[in-house]
Amino acid sequence: MATTDRSFITNVWDFFCSLKLTLFLLISLALTSIIGTVLPQGALPPEYVAQISPAKLQIYSKLGFFDMYHSWWFITLLYIFSLNLISCSIKRLPHVFKYISEPTLILGEGLRNSFPLKKELSFSGPVEKGVERLSAFLGKEFSTPVITEHNGEYHLFAQKTAWCRLGVYVVHFSILVIFIGAIIGSLAGYKGFVTIVEGTSVNSFEGRNGQNMPLGFEVLCEKFNVEFYATGAPKEFRSTLTVLENGKPVPGYSQVKVIVNEPMTYKGITFYQSSYGQASEGGEHYITVTPRSGGTPEKIAVREGVTATLKDGTTFKLLEATQEVRAFAPGFSGPAARIEVTRKGSAPQTFIAFKNYPDVNAQRGDALIFGYEGTSAKQYTGLQVAKDPGVWVVWLGCALMVIGIGVAFFMSHKRIWVVVSKGHARMYGNASKNQAAFQMQFEDLSEKFHEIKI
Amino acid sequence: MTSSMLFNVTTFTYLISMLVFFAFLASKNKSLGLAGSFIAYAGLAVQTVAIALRWKESYDMGVGHAPMSNLYESIVFFSWTIILLFAYIDIRYKYRIVGAFVVPFALLGMAWAQLGMNTGIEPLVPALQSNWLLYHVITCFLGYAAFAVACGISIMYLIKTAIEGTSSSASAGGLLSLFPPLKVLDDLNYRSIMIGFPLLTLGIITGAAWANYAWGTYWSWDPKETWSLIVWFVYAAFLHARITKGWVGKRAAWLSVIGFAATIFCYLGVNLFLSGLHSYGGGSK
Repeated sequence: MATTDRSFITNVWDFFCSLKLTLFLLISLALTSIIGTVLPQGALPPEYVAQISPAKLQIYSKLGFFDMYHSWWFITLLYIFSLNLISCSIKRLPHVFKYISEPTLILGEGLRNSFPLKKELSFSGPVEKGVERLSAFLGKEFSTPVITEHNGEYHLFAQKTAWCRLGVYVVHFSILVIFIGAIIGSLAGYKGFVTIVEGTSVNSFEGRNGQNMPLGFEVLCEKFNVEFYATGAPKEFRSTLTVLENGKPVPGYSQVKVIVNEPMTYKGITFYQSSYGQASEGGEHYITVTPRSGGTPEKIAVREGVTATLKDGTTFKLLEATQEVRAFAPGFSGPAARIEVTRKGSAPQTFIAFKNYPDVNAQRGDALIFGYEGTSAKQYTGLQVAKDPGVWVVWLGCALMVIGIGVAFFMSHKRIWVVVSKGHARMYGNASKNQAAFQMQFEDLSEKFHEIKI
Repeated sequence: MTSSMLFNVTTFTYLISMLVFFAFLASKNKSLGLAGSFIAYAGLAVQTVAIALRWKESYDMGVGHAPMSNLYESIVFFSWTIILLFAYIDIRYKYRIVGAFVVPFALLGMAWAQLGMNTGIEPLVPALQSNWLLYHVITCFLGYAAFAVACGISIMYLIKTAIEGTSSSASAGGLLSLFPPLKVLDDLNYRSIMIGFPLLTLGIITGAAWANYAWGTYWSWDPKETWSLIVWFVYAAFLHARITKGWVGKRAAWLSVIGFAATIFCYLGVNLFLSGLHSYGGGSK
């Protein structure tokens, strides 16, 4: 009974330590991840629901395909992946430590023959002198050797960067650190969204699940601006924000410029420029009407979709207005309104009235010239709100990963043995990585080795 | 002289280089191999000047930014990095014939960019106005290029094993006599991926750092992010496969080819077939 228990545990342990499991997990993670890039994730768009058969929809939802990166089976794969990493490290690390702390000081016959890098030197002096000379040579040219006497031969062993064999384990550990950072973020952090109308402030935001979450302070949107390139492509979305505590601006957090790629952080909560739009409040637009014959312009306030009547009986309707016309009328910029003018007894005429181009406005209309003066409607800014205390742990993991990969891929454990016996010395070399570069170093060393006079 | 003219010269030069390399394959004439390499280097030099010139031209237009902001510019940069890495392999390991299998990738990229895409310099949209753009794009594309080189080498490996397998006898001469030995191809494949994998890792990390800085989320399982991770998993599998018995050689070569297919899907497929955060400013028209 005891032996079967034992062998069962050993089997489980071997299973988690196996490289085959690693390959299986890596390939499974790669293949299953594809699902989430093909199927929509999170809240399903109605068009998608309409086009897919109900049976499929049900199967996919049951399998967690619509939130697959948080589904039980994907998370389980990640847990097994972590266990695999930990088991492999527990199994192999003691060997690696032993390899580093207890190096092969004596080079046996078998190893001697297996190393392709070797060089021989004959000398006539006494063995002790040879050992002394060669030890000084290795110390100067490579690294200080450990000298061991064995069966009448002296083994000089020198090594460099033995610790780089740990690089792989640093990479494995870094993955676990990143996972820990992600878990901290999901437990102690949050993400949300808030819209602030120009001139107003908010003290809470909407969390991922739609609940209202308090900020603990107030954020005032002083102003929102959009700038465009001459091509009409957006150049900058800019919110000017002020943080208020007890209704007073916080020093250093007054009139902060927040643009895409330049967020604002206060008390661990970061605000990212995300969207914007026209607030529905206010909403009055100002149209100027000037008689072509001269005279004072009349300024009329209207709302979108509403018809106004002028003294001479002409009516006009504001169809739509924009604060940046470029996308609709290439070559023009600034605020503009599309209006429909109906002169008494004639058919309606539709044209655009600009704020910045009075000359263009003057070319339209008949007896009356229409212009657009702008709006009292305010814009709002849409800000992404996030707090993630785990993010520094993630960056620590990333830094460890980069360092670990650098060490594991680009550094090598180099070892040199010189076996000295009466009349001759033989030098052997071995490197854990990048044999070609080490070969050159060894040849260089061999040349100097050959010139030693004992 | 404009950058656009120089890019056309580059494309033409890579075409000639590829043809000379094919002639080298057929004739085994060493001087043709040398010529193929030198023509490729000349193309690389012209392309370097062209990229620098395009960078300058964007400043002259008043919208100055590094030429890596849309699909066209990224393809051009991708081709440049492929030839750069080929030059490294050629000079460092002296296996010139690799050019016949690597230069075509660069030519394909340049030809597609020059013939099928909008080549105009566009100002940067707000989302791309960040220094992270440069770090992210350079690391990703150097990584992609290393994988392209590895894929070319793996194709050589697979061709060689296939032909040697069928012609049973040891004298599988002809075309193959120029190919490096299987062991060397396997090693070169590994070395290329050893260059690509750290760069891809850096590319993913810089992308995550940028995403966190710009949106407050370092990872949102966006299709592009996910596919880059898929590529990472495939090459991680490759690296572990090499130390497992039974996965060396042919299977490793296939993994490398699959890895590059995933890379190409991550780079282009995601933009063409899936939606996400990396729209490349609608570069292809």
